[in-house]
Amino acid sequence: MYRYDEFDERFVRERVKQFRGQVERRLSGALSDDEFRPLRLKNGVYLQLHAYMLRIAVPYGTLNSRQLRQLALIGERYDRGYGHFTTRQNLQFNWPKLKDVPDILDLLADVEMHCIQTSGNCIRNVTADHFAGIAADEVEDPRPTSELIRQWSSLHPEFSYLPRKFKIAVTGAAHDRAAVAAHDIGIRILKHPQTGEVGYRIFVGGGLGRTPMIAKTVRDFLPKADLLAYLEAIMRVYNLEGRRDNKYKARVKILVHEMGLEPFREAVEAEFAKLDGPSVNADPAEAARIAAYFAPPAYETLPASDASYEAARAASPDFARWADVNLFPHKVPGYAALTISLKPIGGVPGDATSEQMRVVADLAERYSFDELRVTHRQNLVLPHVKLSDLHAVWQALVAAGLATANDGLITDIIACPGLDYCALATARSIPIAQSISQRFGSYERQREIGPLEIKISGCINACGHHHVGHIGILGLEKSGQESYQVTLGGDASEDAALGVLLGPGIKGEEVPDAIERIVAVYLRERVPGERFVDAVKRLGLGPFKPALTGAPTRELADAH
Amino acid sequence: MLIDRNGATSEAWNRVSGADAATVTRPLVPFAEIDAALAALSDGAELGIEVPNTIRLAALEPHLVRVALVSIVFPAFSDGRGFSLGRQLREYGYAGRLRAAGPLITDQFPYALACGFDEVDLPEASAARQPPELWVAALGVMSNTYQRGYQSGGNILDQRRAARRNFAGGRP
Amino acid sequence: MAAAPKRPPLPAILIANTFLEGEVVFRAAGGWTPDPAQALVASDEAGAEALEREAAAGFARNEVVDAYLVDVAIGTDGVPVPRHFRERFKTLGPSVRPDLGKQAELRRS
Repeated sequence: MYRYDEFDERFVRERVKQFRGQVERRLSGALSDDEFRPLRLKNGVYLQLHAYMLRIAVPYGTLNSRQLRQLALIGERYDRGYGHFTTRQNLQFNWPKLKDVPDILDLLADVEMHCIQTSGNCIRNVTADHFAGIAADEVEDPRPTSELIRQWSSLHPEFSYLPRKFKIAVTGAAHDRAAVAAHDIGIRILKHPQTGEVGYRIFVGGGLGRTPMIAKTVRDFLPKADLLAYLEAIMRVYNLEGRRDNKYKARVKILVHEMGLEPFREAVEAEFAKLDGPSVNADPAEAARIAAYFAPPAYETLPASDASYEAARAASPDFARWADVNLFPHKVPGYAALTISLKPIGGVPGDATSEQMRVVADLAERYSFDELRVTHRQNLVLPHVKLSDLHAVWQALVAAGLATANDGLITDIIACPGLDYCALATARSIPIAQSISQRFGSYERQREIGPLEIKISGCINACGHHHVGHIGILGLEKSGQESYQVTLGGDASEDAALGVLLGPGIKGEEVPDAIERIVAVYLRERVPGERFVDAVKRLGLGPFKPALTGAPTRELADAH
Repeated sequence: MLIDRNGATSEAWNRVSGADAATVTRPLVPFAEIDAALAALSDGAELGIEVPNTIRLAALEPHLVRVALVSIVFPAFSDGRGFSLGRQLREYGYAGRLRAAGPLITDQFPYALACGFDEVDLPEASAARQPPELWVAALGVMSNTYQRGYQSGGNILDQRRAARRNFAGGRP
Repeated sequence: MAAAPKRPPLPAILIANTFLEGEVVFRAAGGWTPDPAQALVASDEAGAEALEREAAAGFARNEVVDAYLVDVAIGTDGVPVPRHFRERFKTLGPSVRPDLGKQAELRRS
């Protein structure tokens, strides 16, 4: 993984000192509160419901053990012994004091981490496929590109006061695990159909929130060397033309929509043509320097199967059940990537205690070339584990309460912090996730249902990605009560789709029954091998509508 | 208060209407009144224009040859359009003075200079809270930047390139 | 952000976060308190105006941010309880973590 050189190191150190100074200037009155707010946001500091919140960047979701141990330490020393992994591959602490934040930032800088641009109207922490470098369907590891973008976007002089936040995601694989279509800019690494040259397809104008939109292709093929100049052209058009009169219409998706895709593309291409590419782009040697950090680790040459792994599976049904669900095939024979679920049955999605972080750090160091990943589904991944080590890893995870076998299943629920923590929320998210998780906790039942992504947001801003959940749940306020809208058919993959509202809002305590009835309709109607989301796409909402509120469909639930 | 990279500086320009451009030295007129100003001024006389940050570069281009100061209005510090407009002017080749006029904060000063601005014209309320020494100090906070092609001192990518070149050149 | 622009129905209390810590506090007779039971209750126009002045003054002194009035019901024990669920959570802590926040701290004390 990437390591800081002297420049990167000095950059984060000076940035911490700068933030210390900003707090001091706010106290002295040199900065007004209105002026200070965006500065603290650009260092990841929010004021939430009960306390400040600090959002730490995990660039493209890659961490090493030393970094995770430092996060554990910060959680204990400055927080309440736990952190929350987010849908943007970041980590949030819920209880830091503003006066401690500069010290926390120093501790982060000690391990080559920061909170730069994890909030605010700027280019946010770049995200990528959490199986980067592992997946067999990958054209190229997306992380060198992501790291180049991380550096280029950091404290950009021209693009630090944008109309609104700006999110970039990168995937290098055919199967989209980075939800690039749901980002302001999505980048797909691909081979040119004629020449075979590796380059980028650039999507613009995706996003969730109040007005969800799927991104559109603005450039079919961009040579790799032109990336930064092209991004600068897009950003400049957005910075100059994006709406600033209404924050709900300020995202680039609205600009693309209002201008029209073709005029937007023409504006970008015209700006790109005027830019002096060679003076803006990274030279190939710099790209190569970054890429070298992501060279594959020193894998052993192993057979594709392992006798001890098979024996452990045979001996331990629990291990086999976990391995059936939480493993991802590694492109290198004899290895697997494994998902560490942060979704224990009835637990808080994405939360990990400092003790758990240390357990995972130790496992990463010992068994996975000192590397781990954070997924946008709020889980962790050990990317390179030998098949022969899987049983030992699993045993350690069991002891730490981290071996829930539910990756991609109905209890692997994405949920934003909601009104339990967030000042913007209109309703709670976490208790809804917990009640669904408890209802569907049975492993056998989850396997019978198969892949099903439930995503819950506690407000219209959609941090819980409810629009692209197979089942999406949105918490709102209705007549002084929490109320939940259910959507079906959303999809965050390369077949990106927005969910469709099933009916009027229901009460929180009614949600598990409603989900149960919806699932019952699916089990009744599906054809063999058909996933939930595919059944919804085939059937439409019709058969599911009565399930939302319906006492009449009680017998369906009983049937299963 | 007028600030440049060395601190407070004195205002050399006089804000007048276009029609009154010839009544002062170095008139600074609203862009909308540039025709009246040019009609009033003799050929060699210096002219400054104040432009809104919503103006497009193409609208300015024909006039730039005749202008010695472009003052871009920042209606709020959080409105970053002026940074892009300034940068576009420099890319186009505008070599006159470039001013950011509005309630900027000191943390934006390095960004403004990097985008090609020479000076910031602060309203009194902002200036009272942010004395000149804070503006000069803001320039020394971050010694390096990651972006190439901007007018800032320590560009990391180019420094890395230079280091690579030296390393390669130093090999036996 | 010294005070909310619109005043809620009365009675009301003044809620805020301390600036340097972020802790939720309430305006009491002698200053800011973390305990909602100690909160001053404004039940008339004059009381509400007095709390709004405290909000502005506390903000100006860098004591608090995000100070605003919250309408409350007075429980049988005389303790003001916000009428809106959002503000009730703010006076308690995360509903999913009863071991954290005011609900835990005030129980302990």
